[in-house]
Amino acid sequence: MRETFVNTVEKALDEDPRTALVLAAISADRFQRSARRHPGRVIDLGIREQAMIGVSGGLALSGMRPIVHTYAPFLIERPFEQIKLDLGHQGVGAILVSIGASYDAASEGRTHQAPGDVALIDTLPGWTVRVPGHPDEVRQALEQDLPGDHSVYMRLTGETNRSALPVGPRLHVVRTGSRRSAGVVVAVGPTLDRVLEATEGLDVTVAYTSTVRPFDREGLAALVASAGSADVLMVEPYLEGTSALEISEALADRRHRQRSLGVGRGSELRAYGTPEEHARAHGLDVEGIAKSARDFFLV
Amino acid sequence: MCMTTTATFSRYADLPALIGLMEGDEKHDGASLSTVDVLWVLYDRVLSTTPETAEAPDRDRFLLSKGHGPTAFYAVLAAKGFLKVSALRGWASFDSPLGHHPDRVLVPGAEIGSGSLGHGLPLALGSALGLRAQGLRRADGAEPRVVVLVGDGELDEGSNHEAIAAAARLGVDNLTVVVIDNDSSQHGWPGGIGRRFEVEGWETREVNGRDHDALEKAFTPSDDGRPLVVVARIRNGNRGADHA
Repeated sequence: MRETFVNTVEKALDEDPRTALVLAAISADRFQRSARRHPGRVIDLGIREQAMIGVSGGLALSGMRPIVHTYAPFLIERPFEQIKLDLGHQGVGAILVSIGASYDAASEGRTHQAPGDVALIDTLPGWTVRVPGHPDEVRQALEQDLPGDHSVYMRLTGETNRSALPVGPRLHVVRTGSRRSAGVVVAVGPTLDRVLEATEGLDVTVAYTSTVRPFDREGLAALVASAGSADVLMVEPYLEGTSALEISEALADRRHRQRSLGVGRGSELRAYGTPEEHARAHGLDVEGIAKSARDFFLV
Repeated sequence: MCMTTTATFSRYADLPALIGLMEGDEKHDGASLSTVDVLWVLYDRVLSTTPETAEAPDRDRFLLSKGHGPTAFYAVLAAKGFLKVSALRGWASFDSPLGHHPDRVLVPGAEIGSGSLGHGLPLALGSALGLRAQGLRRADGAEPRVVVLVGDGELDEGSNHEAIAAAARLGVDNLTVVVIDNDSSQHGWPGGIGRRFEVEGWETREVNGRDHDALEKAFTPSDDGRPLVVVARIRNGNRGADHA
């Protein structure tokens, strides 16, 4: 995904004089070609993440389209007030693209992990949030978002589904349950392949999205209306319950049950190891999702 | 009070009355506010921006980073025709575009919304880089400049220092910072504020913040690849609403 991001942005820098790339050291080595070709539009501020967002706000105020990139905790958590004020409050937008996701950097420890990034962005109005599950979705989403002026958070990860699906704004139905089905499972981005394996044999509808904001409330309501039960299991690769409000709002006019899977909120996981081990610890591996699905759908 | 046209209130001498419209005391000595002389000199003598060119891509930009105590800023915008004088009355009420901290979406002529300290300088750096990347030129052939006003207390915020270092390293000489130095930093700046910029490679000028001719001269653009900082000393600033 990171490579597709680099290639897509290098092409955009070549073709659209409005684009500017703002970096804080991370990935600068991968953009050397663009830095030589467009020295005024590839801006590496060094390890200065507050300035990175402030500078991006200034670039947007001057009429440019900033793309801003570093590790998730340093992109979203460290300069969060700059995101709120230097972009949102100024009435300008930027495309923020992170790497690292919730625990790609499992062996680096808590400092390099940002499971709360999407929940934080969700406190701000008007953002588009992209959580691609495949490199082709990274390119599709960027091609949709680059021409605009809106604010976008795109969360890249090392984990990839086997095949790409169309990028939002609607939920994409991957498997359709019967009229007596137990409910609907929504898989976000890189969780899809595991969700499909974990729910094999269950009579449920499985829907996919890589565009979590704005969330397709209408689409979910329609899928629930044609399912046997108004039960929704949401599987997200970041903080559990991040989209619980979206599901509540989508189904506000009907009695329903919902359960959220994601990175646990209860305690900080003080462990290193691999992303696969972290997925297991949070119940986000195939076995964990399968167990939660059986429990929730009462089968 | 008789207000027929904005031209009635277009002089430096009118600023106290305009400020008085907001503070509910028309006899208030608005000229004692720490920013009023710097703001006046910028809009009257330095910046290439008018109400007619307020949206033009090649205009000069003024960013008020020290967003608190903005009455002098609103008064200068009104005197220069960006704002209607009548808009000053009722400031900070629900329907007023003018609050205790400016919101660029609501205030004609305000380039940024500010209030939380330490945001204007990085925004100004980005604006200067953006104007340069687009190769914009004013009608007179000069590169449009970006001027940002910060307070000496505001420099406590670390975000400023990220931008101070980066601006000089990137050679952004279309950027000017004016520091209102009314000695309000909590722990002070031993050796002076100018040194914080100088050591990073800025051209540094110190000036009496009440002296209009000296201010105008200090704002003459630097043309040697270095960003410019003007430290405007204010000795009689009232340590009240516009503190920091």
